[in-house]
Amino acid sequence: MSQGKVWKYGDNVNTDVIFPGRYTYQIMPPEEMAKHALEDLDPEFAAGARPGDVVVAGKNFGCGSSREQAAACLRGTGVQAVVARSFARIYFRNAINLGLAVLQCDEAVDALEKGDAVDLDLSRGEIRSAKGTFRFLPLPESVIGILEAGGLLEYTRKKLAKE
Amino acid sequence: MGKTLTEKVLGRKAGKDVQAGEVITVSPDTILSHDNSAAIIQEFRKLGVKKVKAPGKIVIVLDHIVPASEEKYAQNHKSIREFVAEQGIPHFFDINAGICHQVLPEQGFALPGKVIVGSDSHTPSYGALGAFATGIGRTETACTWATDEIWLRVPETMRIDLSGLFRAGVFAKDLSLKLIGDHGAEMANYKAVEFAGSAAGDLSVGARLTLANMSAEMGAKNGYFAPDAKTLKWLEGRARGPFVAASSDPDARFESILAYDLGALEPQVACPHTVDNVKPVTAVAGKPVDQVLIGTCTNGRLEDLEAAAAIFKGRKVHSSVRVLVIPASWEVYREALKSGALAVLADAGCVILNSGCGPCLGAHEGIMAAGEVCLSTSNRNFRGRMGHRDSEIYLASPATAAATAVAGKIADPREFA
Repeated sequence: MSQGKVWKYGDNVNTDVIFPGRYTYQIMPPEEMAKHALEDLDPEFAAGARPGDVVVAGKNFGCGSSREQAAACLRGTGVQAVVARSFARIYFRNAINLGLAVLQCDEAVDALEKGDAVDLDLSRGEIRSAKGTFRFLPLPESVIGILEAGGLLEYTRKKLAKE
Repeated sequence: MGKTLTEKVLGRKAGKDVQAGEVITVSPDTILSHDNSAAIIQEFRKLGVKKVKAPGKIVIVLDHIVPASEEKYAQNHKSIREFVAEQGIPHFFDINAGICHQVLPEQGFALPGKVIVGSDSHTPSYGALGAFATGIGRTETACTWATDEIWLRVPETMRIDLSGLFRAGVFAKDLSLKLIGDHGAEMANYKAVEFAGSAAGDLSVGARLTLANMSAEMGAKNGYFAPDAKTLKWLEGRARGPFVAASSDPDARFESILAYDLGALEPQVACPHTVDNVKPVTAVAGKPVDQVLIGTCTNGRLEDLEAAAAIFKGRKVHSSVRVLVIPASWEVYREALKSGALAVLADAGCVILNSGCGPCLGAHEGIMAAGEVCLSTSNRNFRGRMGHRDSEIYLASPATAAATAVAGKIADPREFA
């Protein structure tokens, strides 16, 4: 369980505003990527985000390119999870593969606003706040093994070591 | 109950009967990556194995920043060339090939019935030739290099039935924008999109590539046309090895079906800053532009350059506009040299650049300053994509781009016939 505050955005938050294309072909560590997170959408985010914070957005979060930095940069800021009405499919895969929780919950998106304090309980499938407790859709079983291993890289490394 | 093309192709790979919703593990036929291979190599090194599992399946095309514009990109390219040599990867295309999504079809990797994964969001392009092709991330590309396996959820399918014929000045790009404008940028999120109906067979392979490419902007996992005689003819002399074509059964399950009459369409423009902010060209005509880009994996093929040349012939680029033309590949470049299209474009005052992604992703060759406006034949107009966050991108067909370049402001190509 972790505590943090909400950063709220709208529909179709795309990968160019999450992590601008002008940086994508520079190889940088996650903490460096974090400095550019959401740079073209909310210039206050990168400096203001704290570990445990939660990004809450509308539908089709992460649409656009396949760039993994769009998931890695948020993880680099310490953001725990993105809660949205829906996710673009490559973003959904990338986030899981990097160990960033991506949660679908319309009720939480309806209720939560910027700055709200939230507790996120992944094991119980709950987001708790002063505005209520929201349950999110459980993740597909096929990806839980990857999340439990801490991401696809670690999952694959262990699997290859066994072979 | 019949099967969709996607169910058949993935089922054959999985070695069992599959249906939409099922999660399967498959060994892909081709694993694509481009300049981002440099980052993928770094992830691969963390996996504790020395060799990629199936070097012959890996295709690497340098296209995003070619030739290298800065030392760091030069270093990325160098590390990729070294990795290719070290691993014995036979299918490597250096800076003289073109954009991966044009090169893979031309070089005969994009074939009916094949499963292709690529670390680029426009990988669905290969569905134009009847492949199952989808974009993946860098980490999973690295893991797929190591394991030769990937998990995929078999997608539900949306069918789009096309009828009629495009009127003059209207193209596949206009249809793709109209679809996205009507139904939103997540219209096909997680789904397969099948382009079908009586008009699908009339569309050129180039037009099919444009539509399959733009299915990525509908959120689709894959977008495709059933392979037909036109597909097979186009593949003659290109296909690398045998393939087994598949098409959807008449009684396959489609989650939804849309119908579009091509004859009812007019030229479309996607306005800043989302691809689904679409208006007919007549509603935005007159908007002054600073730059026009004709090219990219969406619209940089010979027929695109010729559509632009038909408008530029005997005309000049407006004095207030810079026009960048980027043939999608060096094969296209050479064909356009021979056909005379490039001469027309050069005479009109266009700047013709080397084949590659160019400024589409905002890394080089035509970055936009604050307040500038670009009309582009590319696939994304997100804020800041081609440069400053306060620049603007409008998306349209090559004909609309050429008309706009001549007029100095967004213009209707039908007025330049």
